[in-house]
Amino acid sequence: MEIILQVTVPAVLFAATYFSGRTMETRHDRLLSAGEDRNEDMMVMTIEDYPSEWQVERVNVVIGSVVVSHDYYRRVVGVLRKVVGGRLKVYEPLLARARREALLRMMNNARAQGFHHVVNVRLETARLANSRRGGKGTAGVEVVAYGTALELAA
Amino acid sequence: MIISNTQTIPGKTIVDFHGVVSGSTVRAKHIGRDIMAGLKNMVGGELKGYTELLEESRQEALRRMILQAEDRGANAVVNVRFATSSVAQGAAELFAYGSAVTVE
Repeated sequence: MEIILQVTVPAVLFAATYFSGRTMETRHDRLLSAGEDRNEDMMVMTIEDYPSEWQVERVNVVIGSVVVSHDYYRRVVGVLRKVVGGRLKVYEPLLARARREALLRMMNNARAQGFHHVVNVRLETARLANSRRGGKGTAGVEVVAYGTALELAA
Repeated sequence: MIISNTQTIPGKTIVDFHGVVSGSTVRAKHIGRDIMAGLKNMVGGELKGYTELLEESRQEALRRMILQAEDRGANAVVNVRFATSSVAQGAAELFAYGSAVTVE
């Protein structure tokens, strides 16, 4: 009985999170694309210098952040993949989406404050330790996007 | 208080320096949030509780940095940087630092 439980619970989780993960990924992709379309007029760059003809009236730091975590399915596949090493493809899409989400939130914050230009944008990633398992597991990964928003004279 | 992560404040000139100012805070969510996040960890995706926690903490760190700059008589902080570190189980330190300056 106990053995059946020990096998079926992970197996069900594995299968369920495979499908839920895919559904969430597709939905998030759609939301991100819609958000990015809305911010098409937003000028975001990682360089600090801006054209000298810009007349800057007001500046402020704008931030966007998100904490994400992988699902059970991806963690299991990741652990198995690490035996042979190489590219851990299952881990890549979530981080890519987290960066887009952080950037998008930064742009939304800038827009809410009336800015349309952001320069010197930086992206940072930090791992958050789990509060259980002696802090060994990873509770999540935080992605932060920040930059200096500029308001130009009309 | 003007804040930017560029080396100068665009459109203004720096006339005085007041050294490095910083603000930090270490925070943790209550156990309920941790349990929720633990469950969410199975399903994956965004851990909203933690996003909020870090967001609030970062604002707090920024606020402390600004207070320090005000104390020194600065009217702007340039070249602001943020850092997040996992100092203990389930706790995170949010740190903001920059150079306090007077601009005209």
